[in-house]
Amino acid sequence: MKFFRKAVSTIALPGLAFLSALFVSGLLIAFSDPKVLKLAHSPFKFIGGAFAAAGKAYLALFEGAIFDPNLAHPNFFDGFYPLSETLVAASPLILTGLSVALAFRAGLFNIGAQGQFIFGAIGASVVGFKTTMPVGIHVIAAIVTAMVFAGLWGGFVGLLKAKTGAHEVIVTIMLNYVASYFLLWLLSTTPFLRKGRQDPIAPPVKESARLPHLAGPNLRVNLGIIIALAAAAGVWWLLNRSTWGFRFRAVGANAAAARTAGISVPLVTTLVMAIAGALAGLGGAVQILGSEYALTAGAGGTFGFDAITVALLGRANPIGTVFAALLFGGLRAGGLTMQANTDTPIDLILVIQALVVLFIAAPALVKAVFRIKQLKVGSGVVSKGWNG
Amino acid sequence: MTQVEVLSLSAPERRRRRMVVMMGVLGVFALVAFFIIPKQHDKATFGFVMDKEWVAVHEWAINSRHGSLGFAILAILAAILAYFQFRARKTIRIASAIFGVSFLMSFLCWAASGKFIPLTGLLQGGLLLAVPLIYGAMAGVLCERSGVINIAIEGQLLAGAFASGVLASLTQKTWIGLLIAPFAGALIAYLLAVFAIKFAIDQVILGFVLNVLVIGLTDFLYKRLLIPYQTTWNSGPILSPIKIPVLWKIPILGPIFFDQTIIVYLMYAIVILIHVGLFRSKWGLRMRAAGEHPTAAESVGINVNRTRFRNVILAGAIAGLGGAYFTIGAVGPFGKEMTAGKGFIALAALIFGRWSPLGAVSAALIFGFADNLQGVLSIIGTAIPSEFMLMAPYVATIIAVTGFVGRVRAPAADGVPYKRGESV
Repeated sequence: MKFFRKAVSTIALPGLAFLSALFVSGLLIAFSDPKVLKLAHSPFKFIGGAFAAAGKAYLALFEGAIFDPNLAHPNFFDGFYPLSETLVAASPLILTGLSVALAFRAGLFNIGAQGQFIFGAIGASVVGFKTTMPVGIHVIAAIVTAMVFAGLWGGFVGLLKAKTGAHEVIVTIMLNYVASYFLLWLLSTTPFLRKGRQDPIAPPVKESARLPHLAGPNLRVNLGIIIALAAAAGVWWLLNRSTWGFRFRAVGANAAAARTAGISVPLVTTLVMAIAGALAGLGGAVQILGSEYALTAGAGGTFGFDAITVALLGRANPIGTVFAALLFGGLRAGGLTMQANTDTPIDLILVIQALVVLFIAAPALVKAVFRIKQLKVGSGVVSKGWNG
Repeated sequence: MTQVEVLSLSAPERRRRRMVVMMGVLGVFALVAFFIIPKQHDKATFGFVMDKEWVAVHEWAINSRHGSLGFAILAILAAILAYFQFRARKTIRIASAIFGVSFLMSFLCWAASGKFIPLTGLLQGGLLLAVPLIYGAMAGVLCERSGVINIAIEGQLLAGAFASGVLASLTQKTWIGLLIAPFAGALIAYLLAVFAIKFAIDQVILGFVLNVLVIGLTDFLYKRLLIPYQTTWNSGPILSPIKIPVLWKIPILGPIFFDQTIIVYLMYAIVILIHVGLFRSKWGLRMRAAGEHPTAAESVGINVNRTRFRNVILAGAIAGLGGAYFTIGAVGPFGKEMTAGKGFIALAALIFGRWSPLGAVSAALIFGFADNLQGVLSIIGTAIPSEFMLMAPYVATIIAVTGFVGRVRAPAADGVPYKRGESV
């Protein structure tokens, strides 16, 4: 009973925040639908139409994320094809989310997951299509390169902060743009062009560097999800069971006290940003080696922002981050089906994500809306200024 | 130089010393990179005339090697002048300005070898590209000087662009678009204010979320309404430029500053008002007090949170108006994510300009000019990849915050929520 109550209080806030976001977005779907707006003359039909429009869109979202009855006809399990897509979408989200969550716990705000992800993708892609190695070793080499590239890119931010006090938020925002332009430039250079082509798309990585599929060739779900889950377990162990993790959390909780206790704050800052970078870079590697195979100008996608929302929804906790990433991975996969089947633009997913985080970050608002008195408050993130 | 002398230098003096060293190095770099290394030489031509303004010089042609050499030497002389001014403990502003122009001209002579560069057009385009940056940076000044971090500049610009584009299209009147834009920006700022001040949420996260909310909403509505019903929803008119009598005829300066749309003229007014207001008025004093030391401000009867609330909303309105530049001020219809990170460059300009209005304007002008130069050079074709020129503002900002050109310091209480009765 006590366990049950604890579980409810942990998921109550994220759950209510998610429901509120779905509700507001549902209104958006309904009231931007021209067919619904035409019914405005009769209130009953209008409300019915609004519900129908939002309902259809969300049904398509579900079908695209978990189970599609239309695919289940000859073979029932084929209906779960969307679930595989959800796991594919969730893998890089888990890794980038962990990157942001780890930094949060050490009192750092890693907005640079985007740039680190891009450098990871570049590293994985270069090793993947440029070199020839035996199966197995090739994948590992690509992943390690990705993590080193991104780790250096992230660690550089930590080093700047440690040495000069430059705020990591400003530096990472700027570095994200630098990384995007660097990627654009790289894709216009000869080694990254496909033979006889001028468009910004690198050659695909070789078969030997691709992550193996887990459930047959028809389902795209691959080793990436296992890597992501293992990384989550690793980060959990690092934070909760290791000495270094204790130091990270000590610096995050109170840097001045940590310094007094003999912890080297500059070292922790640099190390945390390097590890966070490596995690985001691993996300980039999983994306390239697991599902995309080719590096494109849009490789960074919206991963930087998604990572922040995932980490916040997961309360900067590795296990929470995994669940949050699965949820948003589902939204991402389902959003494509929703767009195809009901003409509801996939950009709605961004709105849902933004609203979820807004509600999560303001527990006072959710409490006021749902008139709940007892609710665990606190987003796991402390408010700090530029000089903090 | 002995240790004592080093210690006796004040912070601005140390910054000046670093500037002098940097200018010397860059001056020599210009000499080597634009004169000694390049072997080819051709005529570089600069155009000065845009329209029917009074003409001083029509165009000016020079052998690229001679030009590069001449201006590189001028840059080095400026660096030497700066050194003497530094030794005499004077400011080095004039020397820096001469250096900047000479370095740029040395570079342009090299880059435009055998080509034509419309110099007035280059400067005018630079000012235009700086317009949204200046509006965004002014919004940043108001927000952050009063103590609220504004990462949501991008979202406020985009909201302004969307609202003004759509409303101008629906009514086919530009002035309605112009009128509605500040309200759209203020609406986003209202959310920022409520969540940051009332709910005390981390303002960096909040700003980020608001950006994505606006991007998501405008993308959604763009695909849902603006594309399918383009003729009614997304075919807005554009503002026409207004020539200021007499002034627009001044050679070079006229077409750049006085042949613009009302959005640009409003920008001049806003910049002057904010600069004067911030340092010379009760409003500005209260704003700075709330941003630097809220407890002290509260103790002399200033309502810190109300001050912050009002300034954040005002800032949003300014950014929203700046957003109108993208639609009715430039192209007319709204485009998906058409602000394209300009809000973040505005943030960069704010930081690069050390949270001061004129500093931010200078930084925005430099960034806008660099952006336009990049565009012009990629058309006439040069050796530098355009992506690297596009990176420049971001790299410059990182260099600024790492303290290479002097320590950049934000208002002391910027981003720290204030609760009455809790001392900071």
